[in-house]
Amino acid sequence: MAKITASVYTSHVPAIGAAIDLGKTQEPYWQPVFKGYEFSKQWMKDNKPDVIFLVYNDHATAFSLEMIPTFAIGTAAEFTPADEGWGPRPVPMVKGHPELASHIAQSVIQQDFDLTIVNKMDVDHGLTVPLSLMCGQPQAWPCPVIPFAVNVVQYPVPSGQRCFNLGKAIRKAVESFDKDLNVQIWGTGGMSHQLQGPRAGLINKEFDNAFLDKLIADPAAAAAIPHIDYVREAGSEGIELVMWLIARGAMADIDGGKPPKVAHRFYHVPASNTAVGHLILENQR
Amino acid sequence: MSLEKPYLDVPGTTIFDAEQSRLGYHLNQFCMSLMKAANRERFKANERAYLDEWPMTEEQKQAVLARDLNRCIKAGGNIYFLAKIGATDGKSFQQMAGSMTGMTEEEYRDMMIKGGRSAEGNRVVGEDGDAQAHHQPQGKAGKK
Repeated sequence: MAKITASVYTSHVPAIGAAIDLGKTQEPYWQPVFKGYEFSKQWMKDNKPDVIFLVYNDHATAFSLEMIPTFAIGTAAEFTPADEGWGPRPVPMVKGHPELASHIAQSVIQQDFDLTIVNKMDVDHGLTVPLSLMCGQPQAWPCPVIPFAVNVVQYPVPSGQRCFNLGKAIRKAVESFDKDLNVQIWGTGGMSHQLQGPRAGLINKEFDNAFLDKLIADPAAAAAIPHIDYVREAGSEGIELVMWLIARGAMADIDGGKPPKVAHRFYHVPASNTAVGHLILENQR
Repeated sequence: MSLEKPYLDVPGTTIFDAEQSRLGYHLNQFCMSLMKAANRERFKANERAYLDEWPMTEEQKQAVLARDLNRCIKAGGNIYFLAKIGATDGKSFQQMAGSMTGMTEEEYRDMMIKGGRSAEGNRVVGEDGDAQAHHQPQGKAGKK
């Protein structure tokens, strides 16, 4: 039986990808950001999963205004890192896991979540920056990745509660897969940031840290936060945090298991326009 | 019955909802076209001619030519789409975001290093934070 063993949460700022690709990680501006992920890179080596289910958002890359799926699951065998206008990031191809992805799509749709199934899709910094932060610069990513794109670009985006419930459905789907697989679920994006208008540059450390506390210890309360609170408190792009609730909803304690162990917690301001938050939660046996 | 839009009183902020998306459809799709290197070259060679290939409003075209991202957003643009114009110009996301505040690049970068813009006074229109309309522009770039 496949099992979700851990969840990882991280911001996915494009400038972090650029800093890695251009060899700037030891510059004084970036050094504190990457120091927060040293533990995580070792943790990834010690806890290598068979598959990563990676929740992220597309930033007008694979999905223009022609089509705006609320939830899209990548069922392809591979996904190409996208050219977002600066040229593609020099990172490995992303290998998918079509068998598990199709299984999850079928199970989750049968649990009343209408997923869009995507067999051809380029993946942008939303997906590749978290991989770079957690895995460094390998020749190939350590395992297959199932991309799961959430619309957080055009309002209304899915509510935190719906994302949390979707996480529960994903957990059931994974656990009904017959092969023994160690699956991690990652929720990415956030934390507080606003990229537009005269309010650009908004950061709210108090909100972010309270969100981390809640996500760990009282996830149902985190799921109940309405959209407008994210916008007012964490900036218009802080709404990306709803994606963390998908990963959190897939953890064992939500389904009657033990509370997760906090393996790592990190917070830093700024990376470009954004507050960087990062958590690793492990399911306890 | 009208739709629920509780986000209209957030200062200095335009939420990209279905209404904005309809307004900005061609502007944003023009931006998407800049993801192809050949289109970036054609746009740079003659911006006006390239824009005229799109059924955009004159206001949208002027806002793009002026690289005025606040105007672009008002006309239905979304920052993730508009970022393709910035990428074509070789600008970073920080430079683009900063350009909407009236601050110089250095002023905006310094604000971020000091912990970013505070939410205090910037939650609801009518408070007295730095993102409120009566405090614009915020920096030297906007006061030239």
